[in-house]
Amino acid sequence: MDWIELAFSTLFGTLRDVLPIVLVVVVFQFLVLRRGLANPIRVLTGFVFVVLGIALFLIGLETAIFPLGRGMAEQLINQAIAGGSGWLDYGWIYLFAFAIGFSTTMAEPSLIAVAGKAGEISGGSVGVLGLRIAVALGVATGITLGVYRIIYGLPIHWFIIAGYIVVVIQTAMAPRKMVPLAYDSGGVTTSTVTVPLVAALGLGLAGAVPGRNPLIDGFGLIAFAAPFAIISVLAYAQLSILMARKGRTGGPRK
Amino acid sequence: MAFNFRLLPGLPPRPQSRMPSRFRIPPILRNLVRTLGDSVRDLAPIISVIAFFQILVLGQAPNDFLTILAGLLCVAAGLTLFVAGLEMALFPLGESMANGFARKGGPTALLAFAFALGFGTTVAEPALVAVCAEAARAAAEASVIADDPAAIARYALELRYVVAFAVGIAIVIGVVRILMGWPIHWLIIGGYALVVVMTAFAPREIISIAYDSGAVTTSTITVPMVTALGVGLASSIRGRNPMLDGFGLIAFASLTPMIFVMGYGMVAN
Repeated sequence: MDWIELAFSTLFGTLRDVLPIVLVVVVFQFLVLRRGLANPIRVLTGFVFVVLGIALFLIGLETAIFPLGRGMAEQLINQAIAGGSGWLDYGWIYLFAFAIGFSTTMAEPSLIAVAGKAGEISGGSVGVLGLRIAVALGVATGITLGVYRIIYGLPIHWFIIAGYIVVVIQTAMAPRKMVPLAYDSGGVTTSTVTVPLVAALGLGLAGAVPGRNPLIDGFGLIAFAAPFAIISVLAYAQLSILMARKGRTGGPRK
Repeated sequence: MAFNFRLLPGLPPRPQSRMPSRFRIPPILRNLVRTLGDSVRDLAPIISVIAFFQILVLGQAPNDFLTILAGLLCVAAGLTLFVAGLEMALFPLGESMANGFARKGGPTALLAFAFALGFGTTVAEPALVAVCAEAARAAAEASVIADDPAAIARYALELRYVVAFAVGIAIVIGVVRILMGWPIHWLIIGGYALVVVMTAFAPREIISIAYDSGAVTTSTITVPMVTALGVGLASSIRGRNPMLDGFGLIAFASLTPMIFVMGYGMVAN
């Protein structure tokens, strides 16, 4: 049966991905540090949870979300191409790009991990859900701009370089403690859930819009996520300070 | 309109234990149930987006509703187990190892560990394998390389090793930064300035791939381990602040692949 085959191949694949980490950990923990684990049963159970969890997550994505999402990107692109080349004909694609960028980022496990850690380390002054919403809004904006770039055939580096110039300016003004976290959120945004759907959208668009080259235009959509996520998190930090100064409750102190 | 994210629902810290003690539910189970609620909340946006576009915009209901429902249940259960496992294994392990290296083992062992963690977890990363294969096929079509399977496979493999090496170096640089207490922004901004300069000289075909390779390197298992390593190191070394010095390793891991892949493109031409 398809289901069982998918389940086994995914579980096997996940085990293979975890293997390098386990190897590195075992070699360094037992041969270099020469220490036992503090709580071996708990850690082992945790590892089993992680492997099972990722495998189940991927199986679910592969059966429920990816086929629908990919099919949708394709259909929306075909509709827009058939409709003409005006801005409005592509309206649904822009909305889809924004919505898919936001919603996949909210479900991204690595971001959940980093945001949770940041909330814990900061003693609650960094809002976990607020941080994730900020990142997701940044990714959504980035992906939408990336789609605009593919449709109009503009060079990718203009956007990325402009994005990083804004990051540099914000870095000088944002609270220092938020800067490393903001840079990290640029890197963790695009992972298990986001990449397959966004890559399908980019390659599909580059293949369908006349005059675009999949190699030059199809790739690079994922790259739009990082600078805009950083901008958005830094803006969130700046905004929180502004709010705190105004005397309203809520924003992170300091 | 004043907009404050922190006023959105779900933010107040969760009460530690809502259960009366006589129920005696094992803590792992209680934790799982609580995490399941969070997972459902995390997945709500993507489910609504898919449903909205499928039904309202494209005007079609998905035909095998039961399969999709089963898939969604798998996604929710998987995310729940992953988050629980994170707290039980990946975070504590990463932090205790960082702590161990800070106390004994010395910088050489620590840097070797950093490189191994970055290289080892990236070289087999499925998203990277997929992007490299895709990039090699596209490169063959654009006749950057010969259009035969052997050349395509070699190009994809080389690209993968270049990216994995870059991530290994990134974690090493990031760890050195934590040890020395350098501010992150000079390194990152300097790195991106280098990316800008290289963009001007790199062959056009490699630019988008290079930019994307920076984004796909950090996987679901690598990120928590690397984050825990950074935060653990910054907490164990006197004078370092976990917020200011602990984060930032991932940022290096998404920067160096761009530089290395563009360098590879320039050398390969």
